Amino acid sequence: MLKNQENQPQKLANAGLPEHEKYLFCDARPRIRHPFKGFWEKFLNWARANSIWMLAYGTGCGAIELRPLMTARYDVFRYGIAPRPTPRQSSVIIIGGYCSVKTLKRIIRSYEQMQNPKFVLALGSCTINGGMYWDSYNTINRIDAYIPVDIYIAGCMPRPEAIIAGFKKLKQLIKSGKAEGANLYAENFDWYKANQKKIIKDWNMPDYNW
Amino acid sequence: MTKLIDRLKANFRIKNVTMQRADLIFLTVPEKQAVSLITYLRNQENFSHLVFLTAVDWIEENKFQLNYMLHNHGFNFSLGIRVMINRQKPVMTSIHHLWEHASTYQRELKEMFGIDFPGSPEIDQNFILEGWEDIPPLRRDFDTLKYSERTYFPRTGRKSHDPRKFMKSKIYPEQGEER
Repeated sequence: MLKNQENQPQKLANAGLPEHEKYLFCDARPRIRHPFKGFWEKFLNWARANSIWMLAYGTGCGAIELRPLMTARYDVFRYGIAPRPTPRQSSVIIIGGYCSVKTLKRIIRSYEQMQNPKFVLALGSCTINGGMYWDSYNTINRIDAYIPVDIYIAGCMPRPEAIIAGFKKLKQLIKSGKAEGANLYAENFDWYKANQKKIIKDWNMPDYNW
Repeated sequence: MTKLIDRLKANFRIKNVTMQRADLIFLTVPEKQAVSLITYLRNQENFSHLVFLTAVDWIEENKFQLNYMLHNHGFNFSLGIRVMINRQKPVMTSIHHLWEHASTYQRELKEMFGIDFPGSPEIDQNFILEGWEDIPPLRRDFDTLKYSERTYFPRTGRKSHDPRKFMKSKIYPEQGEER
């Protein structure tokens, strides 16, 4: 069922790694996952939409809004949303506000380690156009040049209600089969990598952290 | 505390004594005497706490100003020591042998201003910026807006409002734009 891309993928160079560490890391490119046909994919999307596990990783000040989200008052567990400690177990990464170059490196590592299908929720105006840090020397202006974003939640900061609304919108996207960020990333892998390497000057990790 | 200043003036070339508050005095000392003055204050005058070490870029005078803030817990008294150093070749003697945590401040100054402290531990390693290639970003001749436009992908159509005027026109539209 899971087919490879049409043309045989070439190996990644992993040029940032030292020679004695190259054998430790995967050099395969990300693959496009083709959706199943008919009812089965709809069932899977229903299941994915109702068990959203988010990576508990706050990149900026927006992460402060995730705590009230999980506690008694807003309680996102009733929507099937739960925080997970590792990227391997989670399906949603939340970019919580401004993102410096140093953080972007960690975001890319975490995003690539997550398993398909994976979704990205970007909080706050900083992820959209830089927000109040738009002219900073160390803060990126738009996150969608580096990883594919499914939902933006505007605001500085968006309140927990806004984040719940964003999660609802994300659920609709997943159920209608339109949240294909991971495939977008695999299709335009070279473009994303070129953008990432343009600003991360000391690239000392594998090209694709599978 | 005037007694302390008099005692210091007997041994060091001290200028520009500014009484900022009742418990805070700033003074300027030449670069060559700075470390000996700090050592004297720490060992003899009981200024046991290095509060911070920062820098100011005086680009017009071609100088960097280093600020050493020392604190005496016995008298609850702070002393700020200003040292002017050359901006073209900014090198200063390290004080990490007096306080260990000074090396962290010195690493930060190396990265943000390009001020070198030879012999300070890990001075050449990355501190906050990883793989920085431009001139140090807190120098005043570094144009952060131009760098941001060149490096990160600015989204077009960005619009800024003066929040006061904008909210007034939203909440009281009958009052018009002015006021």
